[in-house]
Amino acid sequence: MDAFLAQLWIARWPIFDGFLMTLGISAGAIVFGTILGCIVGIQLVFAPLWLRLPFRAYVDIMRGTPLLVLILAAFYIPAVLGLSLSAAHAGTLALGLFAGAHIGELLRGSLQAIPPGQIEAGRSIGLTFPQILANVLLPQALRISLPPWINTGVELIKGSSLLSMIGVGELLLKTQEVIGRNFMTIQFYVFAGVLYLVVNIALDLLGKSMERRLGARQ
Amino acid sequence: MNYTLHFGAVWASFDHLLGGLAIGLALAVAAVAVGTVLGLLSAFASVSKSRLLRGISGTYVLLIRNIPLLVLVLLVYFALPATGIRLDKYESFIGSLALYAGAYLTEVFRAGLLSVPKGIVEAGRAIGLTRMQTNLSVVMPVMLRNSLPSLGNTFIGMFKDSSIAAAIAIPELTFEARKINVDTFRVVETWTVASGLYIAACFTIAALLRRLERRFPKF
Repeated sequence: MDAFLAQLWIARWPIFDGFLMTLGISAGAIVFGTILGCIVGIQLVFAPLWLRLPFRAYVDIMRGTPLLVLILAAFYIPAVLGLSLSAAHAGTLALGLFAGAHIGELLRGSLQAIPPGQIEAGRSIGLTFPQILANVLLPQALRISLPPWINTGVELIKGSSLLSMIGVGELLLKTQEVIGRNFMTIQFYVFAGVLYLVVNIALDLLGKSMERRLGARQ
Repeated sequence: MNYTLHFGAVWASFDHLLGGLAIGLALAVAAVAVGTVLGLLSAFASVSKSRLLRGISGTYVLLIRNIPLLVLVLLVYFALPATGIRLDKYESFIGSLALYAGAYLTEVFRAGLLSVPKGIVEAGRAIGLTRMQTNLSVVMPVMLRNSLPSLGNTFIGMFKDSSIAAAIAIPELTFEARKINVDTFRVVETWTVASGLYIAACFTIAALLRRLERRFPKF
């Protein structure tokens, strides 16, 4: 244990950097994914068929492909198309596109759970469609979506570990580098696991308490 | 942007991709089979009267669900040998994925158990079945049928997660695709075909599951 603590002290900065990188990438991906997901979700419910189909295809492609494949594709494809993206940006893009599809699907479900009578009620008091969306539908749909949205955040933090395979210096890759120096395989993998656990359990608890509070209100 | 598509290089190695797909499916089937046993035990533990059993089940689910699968896979593959347990890469990956699946299936089966109507359990007890017999021949069939849709989704999820086996050099679909990508530099084509194969497989499995669900009426 002492030997591990000594090594951990030596490795504290790389691991801390990796941890920050993991949080930063996940945060970037959830922001991008949420904006994208809101657009996708609304289109999936209200767009005319010709516009709905491409969004549906996007969601199905993202949800039918493993995250690792998306990450590898985002890493290799931009270069041959003449775009230059760093590995971290490519990885965040892949995570964000993945999250966008999941959040879009989530929001679609929440929007469809609202009784259609409310749209008609909104129309009959003279609201335009954007007003109905902003004042009637979205406040309710976003509230229903909140707990599973936090769950998507947990999935993103877990998924960000896959970026170690394209050489992004996040927590897992930094841990592997440290293990390469001191060969304390079990200790450092477990330590990385504990860091992931702490963040994810905190998010999980937040989601559960929100679920309870929302459940109580309905 | 002057990239011309040439799928020839990918079709030349299409056999490898299909072989990789088969390996991924086999990994998922094995992991879900073992994971179902783990999940059933853990789900019954989670609704038992014993606090200890509930605690063990809850901790297992909490730990596994909040750790990235890749960390779990690397831990089992690289760290377990240090404790004297030697597994080859297939055993080790199936073990990790089964542990992972077991945690998700615990919740699936737990929801299934809670969905079993109390009346039929009481009916089973009333005709003189023991508690064990009631569980095995009354609760289990109903619970399994009610869990079938979620079980199917978990299976599809695990099949997609089998791509992570590429990290420990198991030649499944993602590993083969990356190899073709590096060998031929037909980047766009390779990943389009790989992704297409995954999507086709997922949709096929989903369609087969829906047929299976229709065969057995829901309780």
